[in-house]
Amino acid sequence: MSDPPLVLDQVTRRFSIAKRVVVALDQVSATTTPGLVTGLIGPDGAGKTTLMRVIAGLLRVDSGGVRVFGVDVAADPLAVQGMISYMPQRFGLYEDLTVQENLDLYADLQGLASGLRAARYGELLHMTGLAAFTTRLAGKLSGGMKQKLGLACTLIHPPRLLLLDEPTVGVDPVSRRELWSIVDHLVRGAGMSVLLSTAYLDEAEKCDEVLLLHEGKLIGSGPPGDFTKSMAGRSFQVRAAGMSKRVALTALTGRAGVTDAVIQGESVRLVLDRDAKPELVREAGLKDAVVIPVPPRFEDRFIDLLKIKAMAESPAKTLVMNPASRASTQTQPADVVIEVKHLIKRFGDFLAVDDISFTVRRGEIFGLLGANGAGKSTTFRMLCGLLLASSGTLRVGGFDLSHAAATARGQLGYMAQKFSLYGDLSVMQNLRFFSAAYGLTGQKRRQRIDWALSVFELTPFRDATSRDLPLGFKQRMALACALMHEPEILFLDEPTSGVDPLARREFWQRINGLADHGVTVLVTTHFMDEAEYCDRLVIMGQGRILAEGTSEQLKDHCRDESHPNPTMEDAFIALIEANDAQIAALARQA
Amino acid sequence: MYHRVLALIIKEFLAILRDAKSRMVLVGPPLVQLLVFGYAATFNLNHVPFAVYNQDRGTASLDLVAHFTNSAAFEKFAVLNSDNQIKSLIDSRQVEMVLVIDPRFSRDLLTHQPAPVQVIVDGRNSNTALLILGYANTILMNYSRTWATAHGAPPPLAEIVPRALFNQNLDSRWFIIPGIVALLTQVVTLLVVGLSVAREREAGTFDQILVTPMRPLDILLGKSIPGLLIGVIEGSVIILATVFWFKVPLYGGLLQLYLGLLLFVLAITGIGLMISSIAATQQQALLGAFLFMVPSIILSGFATPISNMPVIIQYLTLINPLRYALVVIRSSFLQHPSFMSLLPQYLPMAALALASLIAADWLFRKRAV
Amino acid sequence: MKAGVVMRLRGLIRKESLQILRDPSSIAIAFLLPAILLLLFGYGVSLDARHIKLGIAVEQPSAAASSFTTEFSNSVYFDPRVFSTADAAQTALAQEKIDGFVWLQSDFARRLAAGQDPSIGVYVNGVDANNARIIENYVQQSWAIWRSSQLAASGAKDPIPIAIEPRIWFNPAVSSRDYLVPGLIAVIMTLTGALLTALVIAREWERGTMEALMVTRVTMLEILISKVLPYFFLGLGGMVVAVIIAVFLFHVPLHGSILVLTLSASLFMLASLGMGLLISTIAKNQFVAGQIAIITTFLPAFILSGFIFDIGSMPWPIKVFTHIVAARYFVAILQSLFLAGTVWSVILPNFLALVVMAIVFLGAARLAARKRLD
Repeated sequence: MSDPPLVLDQVTRRFSIAKRVVVALDQVSATTTPGLVTGLIGPDGAGKTTLMRVIAGLLRVDSGGVRVFGVDVAADPLAVQGMISYMPQRFGLYEDLTVQENLDLYADLQGLASGLRAARYGELLHMTGLAAFTTRLAGKLSGGMKQKLGLACTLIHPPRLLLLDEPTVGVDPVSRRELWSIVDHLVRGAGMSVLLSTAYLDEAEKCDEVLLLHEGKLIGSGPPGDFTKSMAGRSFQVRAAGMSKRVALTALTGRAGVTDAVIQGESVRLVLDRDAKPELVREAGLKDAVVIPVPPRFEDRFIDLLKIKAMAESPAKTLVMNPASRASTQTQPADVVIEVKHLIKRFGDFLAVDDISFTVRRGEIFGLLGANGAGKSTTFRMLCGLLLASSGTLRVGGFDLSHAAATARGQLGYMAQKFSLYGDLSVMQNLRFFSAAYGLTGQKRRQRIDWALSVFELTPFRDATSRDLPLGFKQRMALACALMHEPEILFLDEPTSGVDPLARREFWQRINGLADHGVTVLVTTHFMDEAEYCDRLVIMGQGRILAEGTSEQLKDHCRDESHPNPTMEDAFIALIEANDAQIAALARQA
Repeated sequence: MYHRVLALIIKEFLAILRDAKSRMVLVGPPLVQLLVFGYAATFNLNHVPFAVYNQDRGTASLDLVAHFTNSAAFEKFAVLNSDNQIKSLIDSRQVEMVLVIDPRFSRDLLTHQPAPVQVIVDGRNSNTALLILGYANTILMNYSRTWATAHGAPPPLAEIVPRALFNQNLDSRWFIIPGIVALLTQVVTLLVVGLSVAREREAGTFDQILVTPMRPLDILLGKSIPGLLIGVIEGSVIILATVFWFKVPLYGGLLQLYLGLLLFVLAITGIGLMISSIAATQQQALLGAFLFMVPSIILSGFATPISNMPVIIQYLTLINPLRYALVVIRSSFLQHPSFMSLLPQYLPMAALALASLIAADWLFRKRAV
Repeated sequence: MKAGVVMRLRGLIRKESLQILRDPSSIAIAFLLPAILLLLFGYGVSLDARHIKLGIAVEQPSAAASSFTTEFSNSVYFDPRVFSTADAAQTALAQEKIDGFVWLQSDFARRLAAGQDPSIGVYVNGVDANNARIIENYVQQSWAIWRSSQLAASGAKDPIPIAIEPRIWFNPAVSSRDYLVPGLIAVIMTLTGALLTALVIAREWERGTMEALMVTRVTMLEILISKVLPYFFLGLGGMVVAVIIAVFLFHVPLHGSILVLTLSASLFMLASLGMGLLISTIAKNQFVAGQIAIITTFLPAFILSGFIFDIGSMPWPIKVFTHIVAARYFVAILQSLFLAGTVWSVILPNFLALVVMAIVFLGAARLAARKRLD
């Protein structure tokens, strides 16, 4: 047992995509500690999955070496595969087999003797809460249950090293929390070593040690505490009384000495450069601001590392968002732009949306949150006019969607999840198409395309095929397309999922700019940090609205002794659990 | 409205031409099928291996055998000297025909008795068997006529003078290759149109289009016009190949041909859009296209005449656009049809096009709000 | 270690079988599609001309002309229509109202009576060359019957010196269904063998389950075996359905041995499966896998196997190419087994060719299958 679970030695792997060579892993070297949970952390496209596959013996390296418990993967992949278990991104489940059949298959594959099975199945099913569902098809399970079943399958015969590739992607916070408790129990209890990859930076703090990957390079490693420790005394909460949080953010962003500034609820979270002083806030014009030191987060260090890197490559830039040439302040800010009254959507017998009402005012950033299957996507699709309501009123921009759908659509911009653009078309061709689709012609069309190219800094990529663009640029382009026609209302569906934190900040900066100019923004997401950017939000569960308010108000719901300073995620989970308990109680009464 | 549709059309072309997979759909299957059908699919016979069991010693029988060996259709494989060799040769498919000449052949000929000649044919492939028999018949008739004239026998009572119109040499390629024009145009149009909406659904861009102020009709037009153009262009390329590579004559009017092609592509576009509106994924669209394509080819008269089919199935072929397109294209190639004479083909195609486009529009609105 | 292999194989095969049973599309491709294809072909495709629309242009009615016409009316092959001029018949031919016509000129009866040679013109629409030839043959036949009955009536001797005795072996009724249906079984089995297998494996790649499988102790050989076995039996099941439809619905005779049929079908199935596995190592999504499978297995089985088109008449490069189409050998075996019986001289060489094909394709699949993603 003297060999470490994993030794990476100068691992380099290149891919050629469309005649272009992409370095997925660039001389990555690291060693992990036995019996610990090692987090492999980085945004989408950082090289996490490639590294996982290299370790599992599924991909060869171009140079360098990987050893698992002293065994060279390239030399004897089968021996390594005997020591590890691997859960790929979509859990590796057979959706047309039942829970029990999936377990049986993996028990056979991992060579677990039949005498030992009953006990092991019992343990795993109990732990994952799947005992009641053994005869259900895996495809009919919810996302969270699939994830737990996938984990159970990899653990039937306890491996020495467990590889989990983004096990928490696409599942809601409640399921994420459950997965982490299973990892804690099964893994830490059994002395197993785990390598877990994730794009959620807040999960880093749950790991014992962390490998931080960015664009194929290892930019940091060590216990997560070390990352935050180096940031000690640099993080603050800034509350500017009598001043809009967005104005405060704009004042702070990009200032010399400021590493990072993001909106968090009603305040701004500020991270300063190593030698900068909090007095800088006042110099920035926020005279009456209250500045409270807060504990650093893992993300602060990541931003810090990226900033240092970015500064070395190119000087800082400020973003100018000039969304509309027309005066958009003709109407009063208190105008109701989106009005939803007693909205109901039925699919057969199933009530997907159960009598919800809310309003959104001009210039507001409004969030629609919920677990998977809570009805938020259905609501969102009805608001965009992609789905007809069963009953209720939906007014968007003053138009009733059931009567003047096409006219109402002319005023809204829409940015889909995963930034759906025509991947085969170049940037310019996409812009041309969407500008025409929104009815722009002639001079006006040229003007808007030029605007999009310059404001979103896409000019160098105008002839690049969109599919090959990095995720952050795809996101920019998607936003550019959605804003072609200067819409009054902007719909965003999980706008920053998987994007690296710098691109995410840049994106929200633009959105804030739009909101200041009177554009109403509606966001649907299950990422809690996206929720923090919203002025107001609703949390949905089982087709109904569970809570409505600002993020501060929602957090207040669950503030108690055990959670003196709750996060958005705590608030969310508390609400969902309370709702589930209520439903269970009702069921018991009936 | 006009601008939006134009933008959609341009986008559609770019998406098809810039994607390697779609380019392959446009070039791969048509090329393979053109070569395979053009060269391999023929009902003409040549070099049919045959054996001779000649029990006759006379020169007349040798002369008869020479008639067979000199014909391009036959190639002598073996000369037998016993009855029981015949079975094994035919069983093992080494020969497809055995010519058995009776011992009395020369004597009977000279004495003006009917001289018996047996033609044994392998019936496992019934079509070949019939054709071989026909060829053999013709050679034997020719031989008798020559013999009769040479030996002053009474002339035949009446003589059959067969003549094929439009395709004098009865070359089956002249039949099959113009058929491929319709076949490949159908395959390509159906795939391009049928997969187009499904591809956008998978990529998520369809929602993106639906939230623009474009109306369902705009989208429908934007989706069908590229299919229409690509179908007509693909058809034209294959027409060129048919004329210049395979040297099939084009006697009839190009206008008649193109009117038929246009109506046909319109009908197929409608069917493709119907498949596209129903299918949620490219997989389903591909399966749908396949499920339509196979019966439509079999029940079109492409390889076998519709009149040979049972009556009920003949009625079924009436809703198959390919059936009409084949008639228009083939007659435009080999005959000189007038517009009026093709009306019975144009009208049903136009009706099918109208019906399928209306159905597609309805399905489309149902699925897309 | 031995026990581990057995356990893994058992687990994989059980999984594969359960998936087949639960997936309606597998069942559809294996059983429904074959049945539909057989019915379509059995009923829809026929090269046997019946009720040929034949015009008879009788320029001057006479007893001889009407007995000639009657001869055609009595034939099952013809639905004759009488025209009074050749021009009218020609117009009808151009409008495709008739497929061909016989032209009895005005001096037909006079010349016949005078013992002169009244030439009878037969005009057929040559656009469909194959059909035209068949029509010509039938006209010749009917004409020959009429002529000999005329001769018998007049007591004259047959001036044509040769008596042709046609004998069509194995398929005396020359029914095209009897020869198309057995060959179709080969085409159908490529569907299960190559198309279904390629699609199923591509689906495992798409859903990421292949990745999970590969990281267990399973070897590539075990994965391949577990894919081959269930689909092998599925393919044989499809063949049984097809044979039952052929024999009991279409009344195609089955003269040969069922054992030999099963054996050669097994060999062909293995070759197809090998092809399917090979495709799936190249194509990792269902769309591409489906396209490759159709172009490399289904189309050749249709066109280059001798199932419809005679291989002997193809140009030589294509003839050479047909030797690597496994269906070619199986079609030859099937046509003999059904219509001629267990003819070893046909079966043995084709059987050996199938053995070679099965070994080559399965071997190539084994070599190409890497337990890696790159």
